[in-house]
Amino acid sequence: MSWHFDNGRPIYTQLLERVRFLIISGQYPPGSKLPSVRDLASEASVNPNTMQRALAELERSRLICSHRTTGRFVTEDEEMIHEMKESMGREKILTFFHEMKQMGYDRDQTTALIEKILKEKTI
Amino acid sequence: MNRILEYSHVTKQFGSLCALQDVSLTVEPGHIVGLLGPNGSGKTTLLKIASGLLVPTSGTVSICGLPVGPESKSRISYLPDKNYLSDWMKVSQIIDLFHDFYLNFDRNKAYEMLQRLDISPKQKLKTLSKGTREKVQLILVMSRNADLYLLDEPIGGVDPAARDYILQTILTNYNEQGSILISTHLISDVEQVLDQVIFLKNGVITLQSSVDDIRAQYEKSVDELFREVFQC
Repeated sequence: MSWHFDNGRPIYTQLLERVRFLIISGQYPPGSKLPSVRDLASEASVNPNTMQRALAELERSRLICSHRTTGRFVTEDEEMIHEMKESMGREKILTFFHEMKQMGYDRDQTTALIEKILKEKTI
Repeated sequence: MNRILEYSHVTKQFGSLCALQDVSLTVEPGHIVGLLGPNGSGKTTLLKIASGLLVPTSGTVSICGLPVGPESKSRISYLPDKNYLSDWMKVSQIIDLFHDFYLNFDRNKAYEMLQRLDISPKQKLKTLSKGTREKVQLILVMSRNADLYLLDEPIGGVDPAARDYILQTILTNYNEQGSILISTHLISDVEQVLDQVIFLKNGVITLQSSVDDIRAQYEKSVDELFREVFQC
């Protein structure tokens, strides 16, 4: 099974996040057609109804839209995709700072460490 | 919405033993429902009643609005918990038998699945391992275009790699109006293909909910919840 799911969180939420990630990272480019619910469900080895629910939720957030007969498409609104990308990036970084804090690093120590690592390696 | 399967206040007693007690449940079209419970909780009895192998002591069961009988049986594809195929037969002969027996049996589908799972149609059943035999039975059952599939422990003896393929097969092959009721202990393997789960404890339904509602409400996977509820 190619998609992995965490325990304790609804599967449809995790599917939604995964598809959103595929859009933000450009694997499903703006305006492109998404695979069918059945194909996506089969790829993820999940129940088609659950996949349907995740896509319906993404549709509500306008990240994807459905054309009645031709299927579902990624939005062409690149600005919107960009905003979503930034907000996800932001979230990751905040989580990171939070975890560093728990480890005993304050803000300056964390940024100092980041810079140190950046100098040592090319990431 | 018309229901594929409906149990209404079903009770089954074997002498003084109460195997099922006042069980009511419905299965909607297009849904995959997991029937989960420890050993001896009544899962097999419940499935046998829908397939017509057992008659309930009281209560009624209907399949697509029909009472259990010859017509309902033609709409149900049932995988029993026992091996009921004749040992001396070749896989291909069993496929012929099923083809003769069931109008809705799709021979091509069966051969396709055999090939994917690397099972030779020429082999005799008695030469197959337990797991392979289980695969053959499941292939036969899933090759029918039925409205309702009743699967009693379908993946118990099957290796994890084939398990994945079988779950895929179940997902892609059941017809979209049809439903599947599947009893199993291997919850973490099937959890993500289920719409709904039913917990059965000593013949009583203790929980009936969707997988994602359970995860949202208990912040646990169904597997974890099961282990907690049925802790020994």
